[in-house]
Amino acid sequence: MSKNQEFRIELREITKVFPGVIANDQVSFKIRPGQIHALLGENGAGKSTLVKMIYGIMQPDEGQILWEGKTVSVTSPKAARKMGVGMVFQHFSLFEAMTVLENIALGMDASISQSELESKIREVMDVYGLKLDPHRIVSTLSVGERQRIEIVRALLLEPKLLIMDEPTSVLTPQEVTQLFQSLRTLSATGCSILYISHKLHEIKELCEEATILRGGKVVGECDPRKETSKSMAEMMIGANLKQISRAADRKFGAMKYVVNGLTQPGEGDFGVALDDINFAVRSGEIFGIAGVAGNGQNELLLALSGELPVGDGKTILLDDMPIGDLGTLQRREAGLCAVPEERNGHGAVLDFSLTDNAILTARNRMGLANKGIVSNGNAVAYADQVISSFAVKTTGPGSRAGSLSGGNLQKYIVGREIMQQPEVLIVSQPTWGVDAGAAAAIHQALVDLAANGSAIIVISQDLDELLSICDGMAVINEGRLSKTLKVGEVSIDEIGLLMGGVHGDPFATAEMSEAVHAH
Amino acid sequence: MLIELQPRKEPNRLMLYLTPVIAVLATMLAGGILFTLIGHDGFGAVREIFITPLFDPHKWQDLGIKAAPLILIAVGLAIGFRANVWNIGAEGQYVVGGLAGTGIALATWGMEGWWILPLMCMVGALGGALYAAIPAFLKTRLQVNEILSSLMLTYVSIQLLYYLMRGPWKDPDGFNFPQSRLFTDSQLLPEIIPGTIVHLGVPLAFVIAIAAWFVLTKSVFGFQIRVVGAAPAAARYGGFSAKRTIWAAMLIGGAFAGLAGIFEAAGPFGQMVPQFPTGYGFTAIIVAFLGRLHPIGIILAGIILAVSYVGGEIAQTSLGLPNAAAGIFQAMMLFFLLATDILVKYRLVLGPSTKTGEAA
Repeated sequence: MSKNQEFRIELREITKVFPGVIANDQVSFKIRPGQIHALLGENGAGKSTLVKMIYGIMQPDEGQILWEGKTVSVTSPKAARKMGVGMVFQHFSLFEAMTVLENIALGMDASISQSELESKIREVMDVYGLKLDPHRIVSTLSVGERQRIEIVRALLLEPKLLIMDEPTSVLTPQEVTQLFQSLRTLSATGCSILYISHKLHEIKELCEEATILRGGKVVGECDPRKETSKSMAEMMIGANLKQISRAADRKFGAMKYVVNGLTQPGEGDFGVALDDINFAVRSGEIFGIAGVAGNGQNELLLALSGELPVGDGKTILLDDMPIGDLGTLQRREAGLCAVPEERNGHGAVLDFSLTDNAILTARNRMGLANKGIVSNGNAVAYADQVISSFAVKTTGPGSRAGSLSGGNLQKYIVGREIMQQPEVLIVSQPTWGVDAGAAAAIHQALVDLAANGSAIIVISQDLDELLSICDGMAVINEGRLSKTLKVGEVSIDEIGLLMGGVHGDPFATAEMSEAVHAH
Repeated sequence: MLIELQPRKEPNRLMLYLTPVIAVLATMLAGGILFTLIGHDGFGAVREIFITPLFDPHKWQDLGIKAAPLILIAVGLAIGFRANVWNIGAEGQYVVGGLAGTGIALATWGMEGWWILPLMCMVGALGGALYAAIPAFLKTRLQVNEILSSLMLTYVSIQLLYYLMRGPWKDPDGFNFPQSRLFTDSQLLPEIIPGTIVHLGVPLAFVIAIAAWFVLTKSVFGFQIRVVGAAPAAARYGGFSAKRTIWAAMLIGGAFAGLAGIFEAAGPFGQMVPQFPTGYGFTAIIVAFLGRLHPIGIILAGIILAVSYVGGEIAQTSLGLPNAAAGIFQAMMLFFLLATDILVKYRLVLGPSTKTGEAA
């Protein structure tokens, strides 16, 4: 054994340049066999580009990758897998209508028989404690179970290095615990793990070493177990974290937005039906809706915002006025604004200028159009106002929405709605893929809007976010909404159970939610 | 060394305007070579088709009356194309518009009055719109692809034309020729420039194109068309109905094609004949794209395609080229335009593929 071989993989001064941006600038780090190594950084820090080069999807412009002491050139994902690198992506590539076994068989480089594959899968699942029925259809599985398919798929190749890209963003707290157990078992067998995340408490819990990236450069290395979340966050964003300022003695006014027995069929084969949803939000209150992705959040947003009106108007009341049967246009006139989860092509048109994107939703409330004719002057002025009030980094209202970074575009979209001073604001995933600085600004703007008497509904998968800004919250699971819980009195474990710790078994879920409500 | 396409960060504005020019030049070059290879005077053909009509003042009036229907139809189609509504049956709407107007002409035969011609035009536009309403209905109610339904309805309209010409609408004094009565003075578009064949429909087509430019760039309706085409989900979020947009786009496209139809019948033809469908409805698709779906660009593109029509006729007599030659040049123009359009969003890079490899 030579000296070099004490490292499974070593990156030496890796540089990758894209037109207009240096994605990675002389990045170096090493991972030992069996080590769980965190790659930490904000969105856009260059984490994804770096792992894409390790996995052979891209090639570095400069620098070397050493695998077990030898310089290698990873030309394709197939070459990477052959070398012993496995990867679990943030977005899964699974066929919904096929079984677990079929999905795994499709992703194999080598061809082996179904029965042989099945016994191998069962073996891997036994060793690492991953529970999964190989014969279930993927569309019936929860997100956590789907992720297990991807993990099993990677583990079947007996990797020496497993890359996990933001694996917990779609999991319930209980599923995260299970995942961590499996990963620890895996590392004990000598497999190295490169764990990519921006969730600091998870990294503290799981990882032994961390490399922190900012703006494509390594800005620090640390042992997460010896750091505080705050110290790592400050390394990550390179500045002090701002605390949200909120009045402690918040008072709520009259009922602003009431939903009574909202029931909607799901769209298409895989849409989620909404089943008897009830909640009410008062003036000045921020109400959170938690849940694992794909449990009806999209359908709920469309129904609440008016993109898919409900048959009976009285199902949704705004200031006691029935608005359920109205479309988005009339609901906006009544004082309801919304921000959908997806920025690209839903909240904004990427090929349009910021000015045109202002016209998209603010034309009537802000007088950007009059008698069917667009007032370009007013639209530019309003876009400018949003840009300066929300510190959106852009060259001006004329720039294309697609040229903005995700965080900046999100600030612009949220700002565009907030500055219309809505009576009710519905926001889905307000800080999804947004850096910490922009997230703090968005949270502060929501809190300030509520302080002025608006009612706000936040749909989010990020529990930390909901717990930090909401007054009340509920959990959505398979299209049903739990009773309203008071933030500050409810524990993360309880929320986690409601989010579907017993996912797939409606009876158990119902029992569980009664148990949580009973106390 | 490999040629590679690299995505541009922003669409290149210069290329956006340059590619139609490149496409026309490439068409001339490739067409010249092609016709030389098959034994004609290829570059002579290019000269006759693209250059001669522009420098022969006697041909300018021909350019005007050929450009007018192309521009009118293409502006209507461009509104749909911008909204991702693919009405390619403008030829059929043009025929039905012409027939509807002819119906009024035959019903008012022998009468006089200033109101007859406007009524014919209105009914012509209405006929085109109603014919386009069929694919709009099928699309919005049953999700039938409008490309197929509008195209197939074109052939139905041509059969309808043949039936009317050979049967009910045949000129009783026409020695059994399959054609309608000649329109009377109250039913014909007046000449705008005395002594030429330039009729009122020509300036009207230009005026309508400029009006469409205003509506598309300044109105909320124009904004709606663009949003629905660019991002349907964002359009719904912004309060624009996709179904209403489909209806509006189809009806406008049909009305403009129908208007072009009755302008042709009450203009150059002066009656309805079985040779009425001349392919303007299909050529207008090329005009719309060559003009970048922009009404002002469409005016220029309409003139270029009119040049190729007129030039094709010149080349027939002077070089003995077949009638199809002009059609080949027109089709090549669309081909090269679509091919060069990739340069708007991508740049060509020479280099080994490993260096610049992009994520899948």
